[in-house]
Amino acid sequence: MTSVRAAEARAKRKKAAGIQWGSWLFAAALIVLLLFTLFPFYWAIVASLTPEAALFRDPSLWPQQIIADHYRALFVDRDFITPIRNSLVVAGTTTIFCLCVGTLAAYALARLEFKGKAAIMGFILAVTMFPQISIVSPLYLLLRSLHLIDTYPGLIMPYMTFAMPLTVWVLTGSIRQIPRDLEEAAHVDGATRRQSFTKILLPLAVPSLVTTGILTFIYCWNEFLFALSFTLGPERQTVPVAIALFRGQYQVPWGEILAAAVVATAPVAAMVLVFQRRIVQGLTAGAVKG
Amino acid sequence: MRKISRLGYEARLGWALVGPALSVIALIAIFPLGWTVWESLHLHELRMPWLGQPFIGLANYVEIAKDPRFWAALAHTAFFTVVSISLELVIGLFLALAMNRVFRGRGFVRAAVLVPWAIPTVVAALLWRFIFESQGGIANALLVDAHILKQPLVWFIQTSTAWVPVILADVWKTTPFVALLLLAGLQNIDLSLYEAAAVDGANAWWQLRHITLPLLKPAILVTLIFRTLDGFRVFDLIYVLTGGGPGTSTEPVALYTFNALLQNLRFGYGSALSVVIFAITFGLALIYVRGLGVRLGGEEA
Repeated sequence: MTSVRAAEARAKRKKAAGIQWGSWLFAAALIVLLLFTLFPFYWAIVASLTPEAALFRDPSLWPQQIIADHYRALFVDRDFITPIRNSLVVAGTTTIFCLCVGTLAAYALARLEFKGKAAIMGFILAVTMFPQISIVSPLYLLLRSLHLIDTYPGLIMPYMTFAMPLTVWVLTGSIRQIPRDLEEAAHVDGATRRQSFTKILLPLAVPSLVTTGILTFIYCWNEFLFALSFTLGPERQTVPVAIALFRGQYQVPWGEILAAAVVATAPVAAMVLVFQRRIVQGLTAGAVKG
Repeated sequence: MRKISRLGYEARLGWALVGPALSVIALIAIFPLGWTVWESLHLHELRMPWLGQPFIGLANYVEIAKDPRFWAALAHTAFFTVVSISLELVIGLFLALAMNRVFRGRGFVRAAVLVPWAIPTVVAALLWRFIFESQGGIANALLVDAHILKQPLVWFIQTSTAWVPVILADVWKTTPFVALLLLAGLQNIDLSLYEAAAVDGANAWWQLRHITLPLLKPAILVTLIFRTLDGFRVFDLIYVLTGGGPGTSTEPVALYTFNALLQNLRFGYGSALSVVIFAITFGLALIYVRGLGVRLGGEEA
């Protein structure tokens, strides 16, 4: 009797040890992964505050001497404000336009029954996946003949190619998750489609619109290939292009590049931290339904 | 009778509402795609306007078939795609399983891993370039300190070592996205399956292999599609990290095409390259969707 109980206790202890081992391993792996994720950011911030001469000389993980020169140079000597303004104008205009047009389409795709709906959804998904490079040549020739190379419309138009399908796709997935009850009740009470759309659905869909807007904005803010292809000089370059083409007089100005990287990352990182839950929902709403 | 007219009304309203978005997409995405095909059948050198734009049939495609730099670029792209996606799937699966558990600080982990996904690819590439830059860089310092390297390496001078930062940067940036797609799949799995298995004495490994992975298959396949297509159009990351170098030994197809178009201004040939990339991506998507039986979104399942 006692031996049975002892054996049981031993087994229990063994199992507990196993679980504990499992959790330790799990925690350790997670910490390694977090370090891997956060280290490049940490290192960029440290380096952006380090004098240029000390950057590649026996680097130390802790900052030795903190200076703000790179940030000053970025905004005073280099006029980094211009690319930021360009990015804000292009990404902002594209996002707003896509939201206005996309909301109508998403409403129809989420709420109305009509023939060809499935085909439209398939078409939109296909367009989100096709490679940007495959339309660079005609867009370049088109913009050149319209004298739109190196202008805001010359970037906003190409940006629609990926922003519009993205907006419609995410917004449709998101609106589908809003319960229909209220709209149906309104229809029973004799409300028209237009009334149920503007008075009931639209207010309920504000969070969806915000999430989708953030996603579209992030995609536009980060875009590189079109911005590189369709601008000529610093006046109209967006942030990614400006950073990628940073050149110093004699050598690569790493201090300034990293300061610029920190500045370009900060707004996006802030948005992600604030809206992470919604962004995750928006990203996965349409994607996984196998 | 009334039902039919109501349906007719819904159909008209539906198309009217979808119309503007569809016409924008058709006008700026589909029409240019047709134009690319048309360009690809012509000789069009912007550097030599006196040549005009004569029709040359499939000559550009024949040139591609004989172009060693294109085949090399295709091989680089495939190599990059396969290696980075394999790593991302494994790490992403771990991360998804981790985020599916309840533990203190889960919100923080989720937010932290999302940030690399959200920042510009150009910035991600620069961060990793800086880490591996120069013999006095931090990667060399850490690896020498840990006795993994005997002496500092010049990473970007050799093809084999130049791939390391490229793949690391891609894994760093995209694994969160992979993890999120897989996590969404995990959350659809019925928890009672695990409880039943646990009652029958199945251990965690058995549960992973016989419950989680089979039921996660659709999510894994969707992730695979998204990431393969992404991998095949890789541009920003390599443009910034290696510029396709040393030489052209890490150049992917998108970068080769970009150079043909905007460096050499060979619009006919560049367009033909674009069409080939489009065809490859389209083919891959078809294989996945048809062959592996993935159903994507569309109708409510």
